[in-house]
Amino acid sequence: MTDHSSTTPHAPAIETHDMSIFYGAFRAVKDVNLAIEPRKITAIIGPSGCGKSTVLRSFNRMNDFIPSFHFEGEILFHGANIYAPTVDPVQVRQKIGMVFQKPNPFPKSIYENVAWGARINGYKGNMDDLVESCLQQAALWDEVKDSLKKSGLSLSGGQQQRLCIARALAVTPEIILMDEPCSALDPIATLKIEELMHELSSQYTIIIVTHNMQQAARASDFTAFFTMDTDRAGLMVEYGPTNQIFITPKDKRTEDYITGRFG
Amino acid sequence: MARESLDRAFHHIQDEVLLLGSLVEQATLDAATALRTRDKELARRVSKSDHIINEKRFAIENAVLILMATQQPMAHDLRRLAAVLEVITELERMGDYAKGNAKVALRLADDESIDIPGREFSQMADLGVGMLHRALSAFIAEDEQAARSIPAEDNLVDEIYNRVYHEIVHAMIAAPSKIDHANLLMWIAHNLERFADRVTNICERTIFIATGELFELDSADDEEDEEDDDQD
Repeated sequence: MTDHSSTTPHAPAIETHDMSIFYGAFRAVKDVNLAIEPRKITAIIGPSGCGKSTVLRSFNRMNDFIPSFHFEGEILFHGANIYAPTVDPVQVRQKIGMVFQKPNPFPKSIYENVAWGARINGYKGNMDDLVESCLQQAALWDEVKDSLKKSGLSLSGGQQQRLCIARALAVTPEIILMDEPCSALDPIATLKIEELMHELSSQYTIIIVTHNMQQAARASDFTAFFTMDTDRAGLMVEYGPTNQIFITPKDKRTEDYITGRFG
Repeated sequence: MARESLDRAFHHIQDEVLLLGSLVEQATLDAATALRTRDKELARRVSKSDHIINEKRFAIENAVLILMATQQPMAHDLRRLAAVLEVITELERMGDYAKGNAKVALRLADDESIDIPGREFSQMADLGVGMLHRALSAFIAEDEQAARSIPAEDNLVDEIYNRVYHEIVHAMIAAPSKIDHANLLMWIAHNLERFADRVTNICERTIFIATGELFELDSADDEEDEEDDDQD
């Protein structure tokens, strides 16, 4: 088992032990041992098909929706395996939220988009305060405070993505998973999301999958590089502080990928 | 190979670094010759040509910055570009030494009463230029072994420097009225000694490209300093 104790002096926010993920007979990801630093931004990078989104979706059991999905190993969150039979995946998703590639606000008002999850969770506090606080944290409040009743779909792409982040925050998660959150956004909206990630990382653990290496280099504290093995299963090649991965990677495969000489 | 334009542009930069290096080598040797032979014309040419070295240094720096901005180099690509920035700065300073030495050559050429240690200066320049030439070859080839071995040659330069230093001090004591001129000679000896130290800095960058490690190579005189410190 890979020892990441050098990069994680304290308890990790979430960690995988010998994680393998199957779709039917096909092993999509194999033997991943990854300990995510709490309240840091960890980027998962790698070529298409290396299983990085599959890994990300496993962190909040989103793969459960795929009928052929099968999981081996364990993912520990607060020391307990989130794939244990007794665990309710809905509760996992409340603590480990997700922001998707394409902004997907509900066809409801901006206010309702944020309040919805909290209401389902039986939130008893002042809803107006919660909505404002989440929109503030998502750096969207100043732009929408006078139009909370307008549809979430009326916002620009970058604003919609920040609304989705505000919606994720409203259920008080500990970890936010982001699957290519900027791939549908223009460069300025992308930088805003990256700044926002940085702000949020003082309170939340963020794990981001990105195809954009410059984004990983700019916006993350730690980087995990995945690639495909000869049997097409994804595996983690190297994991470490982002500065080290992008200036002095240890593995030739990492070097070849990040210098653009892959394959 | 997906990075052909980056590689092509980088090879061009490497050629330019070698060209800059050869300009510095020539200027260093010419300045030493001008001192030894009291050749004012040659000294003037070295002094006037320094701007070519400076301009080439800025042109290379600009080319590196453009590559960094447009190609977003990472890892080994990033290290070798960053190292070029450092190496051209060293080369430009070495060119300044040559210009300074040439200016002294101009000042002292007509004063026959001054005994210029021209043979020693030429020896130091030859040794330093030889080290530089091999250090730049190692830099281009990213030859870590060579880069680790070259700085030790600094010993020979230091030996001559110590000898010349004492000779000049004796000259100062013997003829206090010529102390200004003797001081200029001291300055040249120091420039040539520092030249070899800067070769060590270039070798450090080669090791950085190859390994990613940034550290100071102990040249021979550093080790002696440490021994002195220990004795203290």
